[in-house]
Amino acid sequence: MRLSDLPKGAPAVVDRVDDAHAADPIAQRLRDLGFVDGEPVRVVAVGPMGGDPLLVQIGFTRFALRRAEAARISVRTGVAA
Amino acid sequence: MSASTLRIALVGNPNCGKTALFNQLTGGRQKVANYAGVTVERKEGRFTAPSGRVLQILDLPGTYSLEANSPDEQITRDVCAGNFPGEAVPDLIVCVADATNLRLHLRFVLEVKRLGRPVVLALNMMDTARQRGIVIDVPELQRRLGLPVVETVAVKRGGAHSLIERVDGEVPAAAPVQPDDAASRADLHAQVRELLAATVTMPRTTAALDDALDRWALHPVFGLAILAVVMFLVFQAVYAAGKPVSDVVGDGFGWMGEHVAALMPAGPLQSLVVDGLFGGLGTVLGFLPVILVLFFFILTLEESGYLPRAAFLLDRLMLSVGLTGRSFIPLLSSFACAIPGIMGTRSITDPRDRLTTILIAPLMTCSARLPVYALLIGAFIPIRYVFGVFNLQGIVLFALYLAGILGAMLVGWVMKRIRRDKSEHALLMELPSYRMPRPRDVAIGLYERGMIFLKRLTGVILGLTVLMWFLSTFPGAPEGATLPAIDYSFAGYIGRGLQYVFAPIGFNWQISLALIPAFAARETAVAALATVYLVGGEGEGLGQALAGQIPLASALSLLVWFAYAPQCMSTLAIIKRETDSWRNVAISFGYMFVMAYAASFVVYQVARALT
Ligand SMILES: Nc1nc2c(ncn2[C@@H]2O[C@H](COP(=O)(O)OP(=O)(O)OP(=O)(O)O)[C@@H](O)[C@H]2O)c(=O)[nH]1
Ligand SMILES: [Mg+2]
Repeated sequence: MRLSDLPKGAPAVVDRVDDAHAADPIAQRLRDLGFVDGEPVRVVAVGPMGGDPLLVQIGFTRFALRRAEAARISVRTGVAA
Repeated sequence: MSASTLRIALVGNPNCGKTALFNQLTGGRQKVANYAGVTVERKEGRFTAPSGRVLQILDLPGTYSLEANSPDEQITRDVCAGNFPGEAVPDLIVCVADATNLRLHLRFVLEVKRLGRPVVLALNMMDTARQRGIVIDVPELQRRLGLPVVETVAVKRGGAHSLIERVDGEVPAAAPVQPDDAASRADLHAQVRELLAATVTMPRTTAALDDALDRWALHPVFGLAILAVVMFLVFQAVYAAGKPVSDVVGDGFGWMGEHVAALMPAGPLQSLVVDGLFGGLGTVLGFLPVILVLFFFILTLEESGYLPRAAFLLDRLMLSVGLTGRSFIPLLSSFACAIPGIMGTRSITDPRDRLTTILIAPLMTCSARLPVYALLIGAFIPIRYVFGVFNLQGIVLFALYLAGILGAMLVGWVMKRIRRDKSEHALLMELPSYRMPRPRDVAIGLYERGMIFLKRLTGVILGLTVLMWFLSTFPGAPEGATLPAIDYSFAGYIGRGLQYVFAPIGFNWQISLALIPAFAARETAVAALATVYLVGGEGEGLGQALAGQIPLASALSLLVWFAYAPQCMSTLAIIKRETDSWRNVAISFGYMFVMAYAASFVVYQVARALT
């Protein structure tokens, strides 16, 4: 499942970040921010207009990501984090 | 002495307190605020350590990674790698990390360590960490990292004591340089997890207060309502609290002027002192309280951590007009002044978003417009209460701010159309913890602002005012003149020349003339109007003089002109510097002139038809 499809509040674990194109700096930055295999992740809030952007909790930090950015991240649900 | 100067660079993730530490160490007053991307330049300071050694400290923009994505991050990357022009590699890197956010920040520490330079880790925000019950086993962390680790509280007096002690001692040995590839980058995360498991106990991943506040602040309905209320109250407060004080100050100067006048022989010099200095500068100075009230709110909001939340709420809206939520904070700073706003765009990753933000930043109502607005509103808009609470004058002021914002949205939207680009723009914005602004910091911030204003007043504004007085006084009226003397002065001629351009939008020659010094500093328009009207007038207050001689339609047109007009040379200069292109300067001057002229034309013609 993509992080962009994860319902608000549902616990999940990051699987990996996919490059949207070759040498994708956004994907690399997401990895550096801690979106790496096995990291617990959760959507904390969604923006008021069109449900965009998403507020995502990763580690001890919260990042606002647009859906297009969140779609690069694939997550697993139903796994004990 | 210089042989023993140790060059230290402060690096770390955004918003971890590098600048607060820098200020603490050097006694500097660099800007500290609670959002990522406050520092966008390299700043240098020095201090003498207890041992007598001189330490040179570099404050750098925060970055999440040495693989830079934006202009501010590139500066940090280049300084660390020794590639920054004119800057040798630092002797010691002080890596600052937020002790409440180590999952993110330790990764960067490890990345910096791989550079193979001497590194000291400062665990900052230890006060908050303790409050939240976060326990860090520092000796163990130090052992595992192989780096000296010190605890700091950058915002408390003496809170950098242990850091000073450490950097004043022997420079620690550097770790070996390590390669940087995809596999080793992934490995850094594994190392961070190990370190955390072994040395850090977190009762909760986030502060309970943040969760509670964000449930409201980011709520799809309440969040937007709160944002609207906050913004509207700020403008009402600026008007309600600032304006009465301004009037008192303005009247005080008028009164002083009269008394000084009584001591001087009548003549041109008396008119310079009374009309130019007390009438003109005094009026401008009178608006200092209004500006300080505005800054009080800006400083408080900046430190509270609310601004990135507002950016989150508005991101989608801003995207639809070709901007990004990341533009929000630079644009908000532009309400103070477009110059720091435009510089703040360095933290915007996407070059297109950055350019759009730079071009529209001058449309945000900067504090230099406030005196002009306040003067004209005070003179032309009656005090009346709408719904019993909202002052009509405050509402007009709000409408002018709104006009700037809507204009900016329109320009952004047009630029997006012209560009026709469908590619992706990234947001990736961290939301920091909420923090209670400390009164002392707000007070210092206000003091700084006040001093900047006074420097402008006694520098460029004073100079221009004297020049305007000179132009309006000489040459004197000829023998047997029928018109007021000022009509025969240089000012009269220049103003009437300009009037050919500005008559269609309702400006008389006096107003047209006042636009010239406004190009150097907008507030000067107030002093200039004071000079031309008071030099030719019968000694009534500036407000009455204006109300008596300018039709309402022209006044409204002038207000709108100030909302959009390309003004203030310094803004154009900073656009040149930040974009390195005269073309962008020409574009921004051109579009603003057209927009201001068109809007003023419409307002003037409509208002004239109605009144
Ligand atoms: N409670 C507490 N707050 C701190 C401490 N150090 C910094 N702060 C606050 O943290 C926020 C960020 O501080 P800055 O010094 O601007 O951070 P920075 O690392 O320079 O940020 P950038 O320039 O954006 O990279 C501000 O709101 C400071 O008041 C600390 O030790 N304790
Ligand atoms: Mg800083």
